[in-house]
Amino acid sequence: MSRAGKITRRTLLVGSIAIAGGVAFGVWKVRQPVANPLSPPDGVALNPFLIINGDGVTLVSGRAEMGQGAQTTLAAMLAEELDLDWDSVRVIHGPAADAYYNAALLEAGLPLAEYGMRDWQHSVAGAMGQLGKLFGLQITGGSTATRDGYARLRHAGASAREALKAAAAERLGTTPSALRTEGGAVVTADGRRIPYGDLAEAAAQRTPPQVEPRDPSQWKLLGRSLPRPDMQAKATGTAIYGVDIRLPGMKFASPRMSPRLGGTMVSFDPAAAMALPGVEQVLDLGDGVAVVATNSWAAMRGAEAVEIEWGPAPYPPTTEAIFERIEAAFDGRRNSRMRNDGNAARTLDNAAQVIEAEYRLPFLAHSTMEPMNATALYTDDALELWSPNQTPMVQARAAASAVGLRAEQVTVHTPFLGGGFGRRLEADFSVLAARVAREMPGTPVQVVWSREEDMTHDFYRPGIIARMRGAVANGQAQAFEARIAGPSVMHQAGRRMMGLPLAGPDKGHVEGAFDQPYRIPNYRVEGYLADLDIPVGFWRSVGNSHNGFVHECFIDEMALAAGRDPLEFRLDLIRPESAVAYRVLEAVGEMSGWGAPKEPGTGRGVAFTWSFGTPVAEVVEVRDENGRIRITRAWIACDMGRALDPSIVQAQMESGLIYGLSAAVMGEITFADGEVQERNFPDYDALRMHNTPVIETRILENQPRLGGAGEPSTPPSMPALANALYDLTGTRARELPLNRHFDFIL
Amino acid sequence: MDLTVNDQTHTLDLPADMPLLWVLRDVLNLTGTKFGCGVAACGACTVLIDGEAARACQVALADVWGPVTTIEGLGTPEAPAALQAAWIRHQVAQCGYCQAGQIMQAAALLAENPAPSDAEIDEGMAGNLCRCGTYSRIRAAIHDAASQMREA
Repeated sequence: MSRAGKITRRTLLVGSIAIAGGVAFGVWKVRQPVANPLSPPDGVALNPFLIINGDGVTLVSGRAEMGQGAQTTLAAMLAEELDLDWDSVRVIHGPAADAYYNAALLEAGLPLAEYGMRDWQHSVAGAMGQLGKLFGLQITGGSTATRDGYARLRHAGASAREALKAAAAERLGTTPSALRTEGGAVVTADGRRIPYGDLAEAAAQRTPPQVEPRDPSQWKLLGRSLPRPDMQAKATGTAIYGVDIRLPGMKFASPRMSPRLGGTMVSFDPAAAMALPGVEQVLDLGDGVAVVATNSWAAMRGAEAVEIEWGPAPYPPTTEAIFERIEAAFDGRRNSRMRNDGNAARTLDNAAQVIEAEYRLPFLAHSTMEPMNATALYTDDALELWSPNQTPMVQARAAASAVGLRAEQVTVHTPFLGGGFGRRLEADFSVLAARVAREMPGTPVQVVWSREEDMTHDFYRPGIIARMRGAVANGQAQAFEARIAGPSVMHQAGRRMMGLPLAGPDKGHVEGAFDQPYRIPNYRVEGYLADLDIPVGFWRSVGNSHNGFVHECFIDEMALAAGRDPLEFRLDLIRPESAVAYRVLEAVGEMSGWGAPKEPGTGRGVAFTWSFGTPVAEVVEVRDENGRIRITRAWIACDMGRALDPSIVQAQMESGLIYGLSAAVMGEITFADGEVQERNFPDYDALRMHNTPVIETRILENQPRLGGAGEPSTPPSMPALANALYDLTGTRARELPLNRHFDFIL
Repeated sequence: MDLTVNDQTHTLDLPADMPLLWVLRDVLNLTGTKFGCGVAACGACTVLIDGEAARACQVALADVWGPVTTIEGLGTPEAPAALQAAWIRHQVAQCGYCQAGQIMQAAALLAENPAPSDAEIDEGMAGNLCRCGTYSRIRAAIHDAASQMREA
């Protein structure tokens, strides 16, 4: 483990040794301060985000690093206010604790379109966001890390800085205003330096000063592209991911659970597995087995070798029958009607020309590069977990209840995540590790899944059917109606993660369709929930991933029916609703040379989605190369208010687009005999270097509020590609993946 | 059985068909080489064997035909190799999980072709999957490292 990792571990293991002044302060706008979970043995934790000891300052992130760069930008928020040298910044992941609750995510739960929220609504939302403290929702997800941290961490950093200055002033018999801070030290007017480490004990005794963070015009770190603190380790093979945890005496185990998700195990025969070298035990988990071995290879081979008879799946056994069940949702009760401007039904009934279309989108896997895994050490009254996860408190709660402990008896370490994309919000991998570890008290065990087990036991992006109707007249949109059917991620996840039976309108199910800044006089979006027990979950951009597609493909269909250019048509509809969105769309038109004649044999498509607080417009270009299609170029324009680290934002924009295009071109999870048929990358691949387009990104900063970065470029990528393919070929794809209809160069 | 990894020779008593990947990760604790798919479809486990890029998940211990170089042997945080330094300059990694494999594949590519074109890089790297989509920076870092190595 890295040195930083040891700090966390020691902190947690000796948690009973309280430090002087070990109270939380600088926690922004929380009336009853949450307890500071940090109590380092040889240093001072000025607040939940900061440990100062003789070696310097360590910044504690409440958010996981899964590639999105959040730990860099969160650290920069603290370092900016604390005047730390960026080269000296160390970042560790904090423990599972209330202090790291995600207020931004709760704010995003309000049933309002984000682009239209008034200031008073944001303030109400902020108050509701405090519920995050009650739920203990320490979540890395929803593209919220920087939005959530922006005020809290800068306040925490400013408060700590002033406390350190006050402690120095007292020691020197001067006033804080006579002192400044620089390079991790308080500096006097005559240039004497007192390192923070010498002042931390005294500073922690003081009532935390409440000061406003600095004006952005004074920033030295934020707003710039900083070298990521995790980069060196990741380029040299020294970064520690979940699967890299190595503990003395550790065993390796691999699970094999029912391929019929949620189904039972009727019987099993471990003989063939036990005969393999390295296999030590085959554990009966009731709903599957885990093979314990001396190495991962033996464990995985062993899991494969166990002969098992499985019970039936608790859902229809084939893709076709599953989609019949989704289709049946249209006949049931409507779950939501979150947009209902004008009278869409009457307009459509009376319209001279009605455009109708049905879209069908497949289930999708997350397919992170690092397969699911967790390492656990169970002793009779405690469980220690090393779990690459996006929800430490959910992991603790779920693992505890699986092995008969209380959540407080579980310690969660969060190493680097080899990709998250929403998959690691779930806790199934930690639960499995805990269950295996309980069978071998005192022995640490790493439970690592084979790629096949990972891909066939995901919480999938739901399959969706969308029925669309539109009316145009005189080149303008008159009516837009979307009816969207599929299983509900939120309803399932509420039960799974919080034990709460979530009911009522599911915003996530229709996000990306109901909340877009288009001024259409008759505009209706309805959600229908399918009763389906296939595990579904949060796939990068969640509901926007399917609704962005259907909304933006159908807007294209309407534009063409109206005889309009698809970009001009959108600009007309968006202009009266959002100047910020208009400028994003205008920018992508300019970047892509939309107005200029196309090269022969090329097609271009545009799409726009406002999600996770950030409007993103994309243009994709495709080219016919001797009858086969290449995705040649893509342009992205986005506006997240402030690009706190432009290099990271650009990386996230490209990343989200490639993730979306991969799914659009070739992503599909299918079922036969109740079992997922795609088992490994040859069946479920993604774009690679040679078939990824050349991408250009422009970051605008017109929006008054901060937006997210990790997800919002995914939704528009898929419809932009489908629209480009229509432009090139005249074929409108209403089903994904697109390789069913088009011959790509892959 | 003797196995030389990063200039160090180990005498091992292990099944002959154990894939090199798991010998490195679970026996020698060289965890920089990553497990992604187990079927040579993602390139996360790429190492050099006698200078040639190989998918360690598909090479049985008994079949290892020469000395092995892993990401840890290419360079260290204190003394990164030219490719690793270029990866850091270009801020390539996001989650980073595939990057050891990407770097080892790039090392083999540059050993064979010190000045690859974009198309040659694309072809050489086609077997390496990155779910974060860091491809444009990988390509830029390879060009940069190639020119540094030519000048050195």
